[in-house]
Amino acid sequence: MTAASGSQPRVLILGIGNLLWADEGFGVRCIEILSARHAFEDQVRLLDGGTQGIYLVNLLEGVEHLIIFDAVDYGLPPGTLKVVRDNEVPRFLGAKKMSLHQVGFQDVLAMAELLGQLPPKMILIGVQPEQLEDYGGSLSDSVKAMIEPALTEALIYLDAHGIRPVAAAADAEPLVDGAHLHPALALTDYESGRPSPTQAWRHGDPRVLQTTS
Amino acid sequence: MTVTTPNGFSLDNSGQRVVVDPVTRIEGHLRVEVNLDESNVIRNAVSTGTMWRGLEVILKGRDPRDAWAFTQRICGVCTGTHALTSVRAVEDALGIDIPENANSIRNLMQLTLQAQDHLVHFYHLHALDWVDVVSALKADPKATSQLAQSISPWPLSSPGYFRDIKARLTRFVESGQLGPFMNGYWGSPAYKLPPEANLMAVAHYLEALDFQKEIVKIHTVYGGKNPHPNWLVGGMPCAINVDDTGAVGAINMERLNLVSSIIDRTIEFIDQVYLPDLQAIASFYKDWTYGGGLSGQSMLSYGDIPDHANDDSEANLLLPRGAIIGGDLNTIHPVDLRDPEQIQEFVDHSWFHYADETQGLHPWDGVTEPNFQLGPNAKGSKTHIQAVDENAKYSWIKAPRWRGHAMEVGPLSRWVIGYVQGRPDFKEPVDKLLTDLGLPVTALFSTLGRTAARGLEASWAAHKMRYFQDKLVANIKAGDTATANTDHWEPRTWPKQAKGVGTTEAPRGALGHWVSIDNGKIDNYQAVVPTTWNGSPRDPAGNIGAYEAALLNTPLAKAEEPLEILRTLHSFDPCLACSTHLMSPDGSPLTEIRVR
Repeated sequence: MTAASGSQPRVLILGIGNLLWADEGFGVRCIEILSARHAFEDQVRLLDGGTQGIYLVNLLEGVEHLIIFDAVDYGLPPGTLKVVRDNEVPRFLGAKKMSLHQVGFQDVLAMAELLGQLPPKMILIGVQPEQLEDYGGSLSDSVKAMIEPALTEALIYLDAHGIRPVAAAADAEPLVDGAHLHPALALTDYESGRPSPTQAWRHGDPRVLQTTS
Repeated sequence: MTVTTPNGFSLDNSGQRVVVDPVTRIEGHLRVEVNLDESNVIRNAVSTGTMWRGLEVILKGRDPRDAWAFTQRICGVCTGTHALTSVRAVEDALGIDIPENANSIRNLMQLTLQAQDHLVHFYHLHALDWVDVVSALKADPKATSQLAQSISPWPLSSPGYFRDIKARLTRFVESGQLGPFMNGYWGSPAYKLPPEANLMAVAHYLEALDFQKEIVKIHTVYGGKNPHPNWLVGGMPCAINVDDTGAVGAINMERLNLVSSIIDRTIEFIDQVYLPDLQAIASFYKDWTYGGGLSGQSMLSYGDIPDHANDDSEANLLLPRGAIIGGDLNTIHPVDLRDPEQIQEFVDHSWFHYADETQGLHPWDGVTEPNFQLGPNAKGSKTHIQAVDENAKYSWIKAPRWRGHAMEVGPLSRWVIGYVQGRPDFKEPVDKLLTDLGLPVTALFSTLGRTAARGLEASWAAHKMRYFQDKLVANIKAGDTATANTDHWEPRTWPKQAKGVGTTEAPRGALGHWVSIDNGKIDNYQAVVPTTWNGSPRDPAGNIGAYEAALLNTPLAKAEEPLEILRTLHSFDPCLACSTHLMSPDGSPLTEIRVR
C-alpha cells in the first residue's frame, strides 16, 4: 500500500452507467446525490464515469480505495442492493459492457492490473436493475429507493477507514470531479424535461434490450 | 443466385449462412450475416444495427443550449465529438459566431480526441486481430530488442525491458484472468508475426495504455473536467487569465505549458512507437489485401478543423471536405450539408416507416418512426432472429446516401481525398509509407489501408495540436483572451423558428447533427453518425453499404473462427460491437466470441 501524498487522491468514488437508459443511471445518480449532500477532503474524488470504458483506466492510478456504484445484473430480484468486495468485484462487473467500444469495467480492472495500478481495496455497491429498456427514462421506483441505502453503505465504509465528510451547504449543487454536473442532466430537470411518449417513441428492439435474468 | 448491385458488387446468398451477432444488453450493436461458398469465401454480406436509437426521443422540447450535454451521453467514446457537433448545429441555427480562441481550443479538443482515439483503437481494439499475444510468450527478449532498435529510436528497447514485459505477461496469462486478452483466436494460422514482433507489440500495448492517460489531460484543462468535458454554445466555457489575477480555475501560463508538454510527448509517442509498429506489422500482412469495399470508389468527408473561426469554406478546413464517386479519383465533388438533394436517408431496408419509402429524406425533414418487422424469408422470431431477410427491412440503421450513392466515411476517406487534392501534409506521408512497404497506391483500398490511414492521421492530428496550441498562445499574448460570445445567449434574441447543421469529422468518420428550433425549444434533432454511413443497410436501388461491401470476397480460414470478418469490421473502428455470439446455421450457439 502506498501512503497518501500531497494532492494525490486516495479514494475514488465512481458512478458508472448511462443515465439515458433508465436504471443504468443508478451509479451516476448516487454520485450526484452524494456530492450534493457532502463535502469531502481533497484526497477523496467523486467521479461520474458514465460509459467511458477503457478511458476509466486513467483514473485508477494511485487509488487505494475504489468505491463503485453501479447497476449490476446479479440475477436477484429487481431493486435488490448487494455489496461485494475486493477480489469478488471483477466477477460481478463482467456481465455488462459499458462503452460502445464495449470494454466492461472488468476489463478496465484487468488492464489496471497489467499496469500494476489495481486499487488494493475495492467495494462494489450495486443494485439489480428493473428497467433498462426505457431510453431517455429515469430510475424505476425500486431502484431509486436503493440510492439511500447505497449511500449509507458507502459512508459506513468510508467511516471505517477514517474518512468522514462534512455536510455540504444547503444549496450546494452536485459537484462531480470538481465541476458541476450539467444542470439539464441533474435528476429533477432530466425527469421533468422528458418529451411525452406521444412525441417521441421510447422503446428499443426487444431482442437486444430484454433483460437476461 | 447471383445478383449484381448498382454499385457494382456481385452477391450470392445460396451458400452456408454464418451469423456473427453481438448480443449485448444495453448499447448499440452490430450483427453481421454472411453467405460462404464451398471455399469459405464470403459471397454475400448483411449488416444489421440491432439497436434503436433516436436523439429526438430525448431532445424534443428541451433547451437547444443543453443539447450537447445529452448528446455527450449517447456514447462512451465520441463524447466530445458529439458535444462539438451539437454546439455547432445550434450556433449555425442561431447565427452565432465564436471567438478565434474558442475555435483553436475546440480544434485542440477534437485533435486530442483523434490522436487518443486512434492510438487506443490501434493498440487496444484492433492490434489483437494481427498480434498473437500468446505467441509473445515465446519471444527472445534480446532479439526483440534488436527488432525494436532497428525500427525506431524509442528508448524503451533494451533486452532487460522486454524480459520484464515478458515476465509480466507470463504472470498475467498464468493467473488465468486474461481480461482483455480473453477469447482471442491465439495460435490461429492467420497470425503472421514472429514471436519477437508480437512481444514488441504487447509492450507497446501496455505503454500506449499508460500514455493515453496523458493525452486526455488536455480535455481537463480546456473542458474543465474529464470524462464529460464542458462545452458552450457561443464558444468554450473556459476563462483565460495569463496574469494569474482572475478567477480560480482560469487557464494560466502553467496550464498552457502543461498542454504544450503533453503535445510534445504525444507527437513523440505516435511518431516513434505507433507509426513504426504500424509499418512493421503491415510488412507481415502485405498479401492480406482484402476489405476494400467502397473505398477507392465512393468516399465522403464533411471536413473539419477550421483554421480560422466562423469560416466554413472548404479552403479553411484542414481536414478536407468532398466526395468521390464511381471510382473517379480525379474529381472531388463539393459537398453541401444543407442541400436536400445531397444527403438523404432511406428506410425501405430499415426498421422505420416513411410515407413513401422509395424516396429519401434530408435530415432536416427526417422522420424517426419505428417499424420493426421481419421479411418473409427471415428465420426465427422477432425476439430470436436466426437469419434476417435482406430483401426486406433488416436493420435499425437508416441508409444514408450522398446523391444516391452509398459512401464510406472515416480516416481513409479523408486521407484519399486529401491525397488526390495533392495536399502535401497528406500526400507525403502516404507516399513515404507506400514506398517503404513497396506497395502501390491502390493498396490503400483495403482493410490495411484503413488501418494505415488512421495511424497517419494520428500523427497528423498530434502535429496539428502543436499548430493550434502555438496559435492560441500567440493570440493570448497579443491581448485577445475572449473565449465566448454571449450576444445571443438569451432565447429572446433568437428567431422564432430556426434550423441549423453542425458537422465534425469524428475519429471514425463524418458526423452531422441537424436541429430545428421552434420558440426556443428543440423541435426536431437528427444525427447521421459515421456508423450510419459505414454500417448502412441496402437502399431502394439495392446498393449495399460499406461494411457489407468490404466483407465480400474475403476467404475465411475457418468458418467458426471469423477472425477475417473481425479484422475488416474493426478497421472501420465501428462504434458498436462487442460480446458476440457466433451462431451455427441452425441457430444454436457454436461459441462465444468477442469483437474488439
